[in-house]
Amino acid sequence: MATPVTMPQLGETVVEGTITKWLKKEGEQIERDEPLFEISTDKVDTEVPSPVAGTLVAIKVQEGETVQVGTELAMIETDGQAASAPAKAERAEEPAEAEEAPEPKAEAPAEAEAEPAPKAEEEPEEAERAEEEAEAEEREKEKARPDEERPGAEPAKEEPARGPAEETEAAAPARVAVEAPAGGGPRSQILSPLVRRLAEENQIDLSQVPGSGTGGRITKKDVMTYLESRGAEEARPAAAAPRLETVPQPPPTREAAPAPRPVAQAREEAIPLTRMRQAIARNMVASMQTTARAWNLVEVNMENIARTREAAKEAFRQREGINLTFMPFVARAVCEALLAFPDVNAELREDQLIRKHYVNLGIAVALEEGLIVPVVKGADTMNIVGLGRAINDIATRARNKKLVPDDVQGGTFTITNPGPFGSIISVPIINPPQCAILAFDAVEKRPVVVEDAIAIRHMVYISMSWDHRIIDGATAAQFLGRVKQNLETWDFGPEVGLPARGS
Amino acid sequence: MAEGKAERAKERRSKEEEKVEAGAAGHGAEPRGKRSEDGEATYLIAIAEALWEEMERDESVFLLGEDIGIYGGAFKVTEGFIDRFGPDRVMDTPICEETIVGMAVGAAMEGFRPVAEFQYADFMTCGFDEIVTNAARYHYRSGVQLPIVLRAPSGGGVRAGPFHSTNPEPYFAHAPGLKVICPAFPTDAKGLLKSAVRDDNPCVFLEHKWIYRRVKEKVSDDPNFTVPIGKAEVKREGDDVSVITYGAMVHKALEAADALEDDGVSAEVVDLRTVQPLDTETILKSVEKTSRVLVLYESHRALGIGAEVSAVIAEDGFDLLDAPVMRLAPPNVPVPFSPPLEDAYLPQVDQIVEAMQELSKW
Repeated sequence: MATPVTMPQLGETVVEGTITKWLKKEGEQIERDEPLFEISTDKVDTEVPSPVAGTLVAIKVQEGETVQVGTELAMIETDGQAASAPAKAERAEEPAEAEEAPEPKAEAPAEAEAEPAPKAEEEPEEAERAEEEAEAEEREKEKARPDEERPGAEPAKEEPARGPAEETEAAAPARVAVEAPAGGGPRSQILSPLVRRLAEENQIDLSQVPGSGTGGRITKKDVMTYLESRGAEEARPAAAAPRLETVPQPPPTREAAPAPRPVAQAREEAIPLTRMRQAIARNMVASMQTTARAWNLVEVNMENIARTREAAKEAFRQREGINLTFMPFVARAVCEALLAFPDVNAELREDQLIRKHYVNLGIAVALEEGLIVPVVKGADTMNIVGLGRAINDIATRARNKKLVPDDVQGGTFTITNPGPFGSIISVPIINPPQCAILAFDAVEKRPVVVEDAIAIRHMVYISMSWDHRIIDGATAAQFLGRVKQNLETWDFGPEVGLPARGS
Repeated sequence: MAEGKAERAKERRSKEEEKVEAGAAGHGAEPRGKRSEDGEATYLIAIAEALWEEMERDESVFLLGEDIGIYGGAFKVTEGFIDRFGPDRVMDTPICEETIVGMAVGAAMEGFRPVAEFQYADFMTCGFDEIVTNAARYHYRSGVQLPIVLRAPSGGGVRAGPFHSTNPEPYFAHAPGLKVICPAFPTDAKGLLKSAVRDDNPCVFLEHKWIYRRVKEKVSDDPNFTVPIGKAEVKREGDDVSVITYGAMVHKALEAADALEDDGVSAEVVDLRTVQPLDTETILKSVEKTSRVLVLYESHRALGIGAEVSAVIAEDGFDLLDAPVMRLAPPNVPVPFSPPLEDAYLPQVDQIVEAMQELSKW
């Protein structure tokens, strides 16, 4: 039986050694522990004893050669010594030194081979775990989702519109849907911070992006691929483009990446935009880029309402503590018309039109630093007094910065009223995803033709910007006609404490 | 037989004398003479070269430590130094690390630039108070700088057991006033050690003993060659996954990255080189590029160096991430002596490959 002799490891950092001298020749007998050869290493020079007794049958590494620890140096035939050392020979068959100091290079292929097996086992486990997590998440959502206000639309789709993200992104052209594509796997609901940022910066509707990550998750690569393909079809805001070539981009810390700031020239003044100003700018541009805006105008005779208001306002102020303005009258007339023409009180969700059979009325309120649109929830259930109180409440809280996030969410239609500033005709910008916005300007006395005579009447121009993707001119005109009719013909007296007309 | 042994010993002695005369290696010889035939230096020799060059350059530089003189140090880094620089500049000390650091602090106050050697980084804790209380805070408290280098072989993977395999870098990285350097390559080791000697305040220079004689490369001959402290370096460019690491794990990561290439995953390997101060700019740049990060380190997982790296990425790179930051590091147990257990303790190439695959698919 032949026993190999290997290069020993002398010291924990030594990886190789040089044979300086063989002390036995091939064919010579050797005793166990008798010096066999001398080596020189980085740490020590020493002689090495034979691990077994026998005949040195082969020398495989010659004097002067340097080899790695564990390399086979020689073979010793132990057969002649069988009686003395069967156990020893067995022990020597697996040289301990070789195991202790595996060559790094020999290690690599072995590890690479071992690799696929554990992976195959692990994957199903992983998937299972992820599935459980996804289920748990789903249950959480179920709990969190309010029961009211869920019409026929897919429940899952309802969420983004109600999420807190909605407020800031209200007017974004394609909302950053925090939804992954329907039918995705367990991880499909997870959006990484990077994917969210890219979607926001490039105004991507993520429901359009197929996910290739684990469980259908949308990855950075998926977004990039989508953008490339979209880039071929569409022009997009120039500012968004450079950010996409992520590779060696601006230094990572935000403040370390200064965009060159425009400098004010002589007799100019540079004022940094407030967050509100930036949000308005972003939302308005986004609206103009995604809606197909059209516009109609009607002229309304407000004489009846002006008289009603004149007669009721003093008592109203005393009773309610607030002024009776034209606004609640218009709101009242608009709410009725919206229920009659639900397409105007609707929004597009993907390829579906979502009609709303309730009115959450947005009222644009001018502030010193900008504009905000708080919402009167359930406006269609209120009479003039209720509307007057509700509008006064949100407008006051808007000016005192006392609005809560819920106050600015969920609007279905918006009224803006630039009249107090003297404007007589306005062309407002739609507040997506709403279909339309109505502008109600200054009520003023004008000469008008009444029964073939010229008369002086309280008149107002009421106009509406609307999204031609959702409705057409006929609907818009009929809707405005309905508002006009309501305002001109309804008897609002009883609602503000006056006797009914003609009684 | 006894006779033969004596004869052989005599032969060896005469051979050693020949070597000295030839100037190739051995006592009194310059470390550069110990490079391989094709001019490559091991990590260990590169460190010796750095010490030698700095001692040649600046007389105020001196070495102190246990058995660093005639014996040449536990790992033979300073072999031959005493013959060239004498016992005043290659000073053997008692076996007492507290004294070694205390002497270094005193000498630095007097205008010297001491370089103290520890036999193993494990024993640095015997001088812990001198290091973190005196050396680290002296400049802060007194306004006087303290140019000290504390050199020690750290790390596992060499079957040295729980008392000779520690990675103490987090202890020292946590002490304000210390710079902590953990090079992975001969060139970086040489350049960073020279920078550390020239630095005017305490540097903890943690050599990795697994790398000592395993990694060779051509190193600079320029006596003014240095590598800046506090700068990481991308050792391998990649697009899909970043591995942020240092020390011996850099080599494991590079091996894993090569193995992954066949799977179509392109891995970037960032070598921190200095763990305190951290080069957050290079880290975040790589994160921005790949968006997926494996933080690989040899200090214990909980509160190790990679814990801080992960926190930096989470804090300053949140919206650069396309997957959660993943860590791979040893568990919070002493380094085992048993080879199979030590292999289980240390992150291995196949685990790194697996982690990167998982990350790339996340």
